[in-house]
Amino acid sequence: MNEIKITAKNVNVFYGDKQALKDISIDIPARQVTALIGPSGCGKSTFLRSINRMNDVIDGCRLEGEIKLDSEDIYARGIDVVHLRARIGMVFQKPNPFPKSIYDNIAYGPKIHGLTTSSAEMDDLVMGALEKAGLIDEVRDRLDSPGTGLSGGQQQRLCIARAIAVEPEVILMDEPCSALDPIATARIEELIDELKENYTIVMVTHSMQQAARVSQKTAFFHMGELVEQGATEDIFTRPQDERTQAYITGRIG
Amino acid sequence: MEQSHIVKSFDDELKLINTTLAEMGGMAEAQLTKAVRALVTRDADLAREVVAEDSKIDALETELDRDAIRIIALRQPMATDLRMVITALKTSANLERIGDYAKNVAKRTITLIEMQPVGNTAHTIERMAELAQGLVGSVLDAYVKRDLAAADDVRMRDEEIDQLHTSLFRELLTHMMEDPHSITACTHLLFIAKNIERIGDHATNIAEYVHFMVSGETPDDERPKGDETSQTIITS
Ligand SMILES: Nc1ncnc2c1ncn2[C@@H]1O[C@H](COP(=O)(O)OP(=O)(O)OP(=O)(O)O)[C@@H](O)[C@H]1O
Ligand SMILES: [Mg+2]
Repeated sequence: MNEIKITAKNVNVFYGDKQALKDISIDIPARQVTALIGPSGCGKSTFLRSINRMNDVIDGCRLEGEIKLDSEDIYARGIDVVHLRARIGMVFQKPNPFPKSIYDNIAYGPKIHGLTTSSAEMDDLVMGALEKAGLIDEVRDRLDSPGTGLSGGQQQRLCIARAIAVEPEVILMDEPCSALDPIATARIEELIDELKENYTIVMVTHSMQQAARVSQKTAFFHMGELVEQGATEDIFTRPQDERTQAYITGRIG
Repeated sequence: MEQSHIVKSFDDELKLINTTLAEMGGMAEAQLTKAVRALVTRDADLAREVVAEDSKIDALETELDRDAIRIIALRQPMATDLRMVITALKTSANLERIGDYAKNVAKRTITLIEMQPVGNTAHTIERMAELAQGLVGSVLDAYVKRDLAAADDVRMRDEEIDQLHTSLFRELLTHMMEDPHSITACTHLLFIAKNIERIGDHATNIAEYVHFMVSGETPDDERPKGDETSQTIITS
């Protein structure tokens, strides 16, 4: 059987009185890509943010239930949230490089977490992250220029490099390609495919084709419920639930 | 019936494929009926008509392929839509083959009419053809109604054609041994029977795809087979 990296059990999430997630239970397999799909507002981003406790900073947001990373309850008392977010990195829909140099964008995280002891070590780490993110050849000569000066696709790969630099175990991606053209998208998808060798990836996408192309497991959310989950191939060829069927064939919005 | 798509033109495109398929199916059935009628009534004109009409089925297949490829490229169908498009493609290929077999029956009929009839064999062939046409009709019906039970039933009914084929095979071998002058005619009849038996097989192929389309699974059970011609020996 596949090793399980993250387990969510009976998770309910509320924004004030409004319940955004209802009784979500799912196992996220290690070193695979899990795609979260579903109509707008169904709770995909909410669920993604629960995995690294990004919801903590949202006023009135409350979570019930249990989420475990390697069988450790991430909502347990005494969990260091900063450390948790280093283990579980996140890449957002809109590339959001810091207004700093390309080099500093990547060095920032490792510096905070004290991952290096010398500048030579830091150089290696930065170059390694750029390499893994498939960006190195495009930026080798301009590491000192601002990250915001890169193209959208390059910025997104910079953000992925930044996420990788702190040596996470899990990378969460919320619609990472929605602002990119097909070529930049293909490069990110290729990158995701390579990254899954070493990282567990959970990705929200609105593109059925993208979910089908890059993920091994797919979970379909609908109105705060996790309606169906399974091997990606099964979900896209023979979904069991009518709502999944209707959504992926373009019958409900 | 399923909900319609948000994009209405997608529904229209899928409907078009089904219309083409229904037309092909109707023609394939009619071709088979006519070919066998030509054989039984020794009507060469009717047989020639069947030969000439076959290109229409071929043209419909080309049309359906083109429409299906366009849907796959432009719509990227998923789930039931995907299964339907794939099933339509496979079904049209099988119907095209059925048309070819009907044409072959007609071609051999034109030759056979030049010869002495062999006993009552044409009627056994007619009986086989009725069964085969029944299977083609039923499987197309199962396709349209998305009826899993009806599709599975077609897979089971093919055995009957196989059994008739086996007994006809024996009968023709006996004729040939009794009267060597009948060998040419009997050989043509053997091929005709074989063609009809193959039509039954193509109907069951379609039935397997309909099973897949409806359930998402390919049938894995062995269906009964009644064709024993490969082991048949007649000694005088
Ligand atoms: N910060 C917030 N405060 C209050 N309600 C929120 C907040 N964030 C999300 N919600 C509500 O929770 C529900 C789920 O939202 P969420 O952003 O998780 O959906 P989503 O599936 O990611 O949608 P999309 O595909 O549009 O990004 C929605 O009804 C949304 O309005
Ligand atoms: Mg979202």
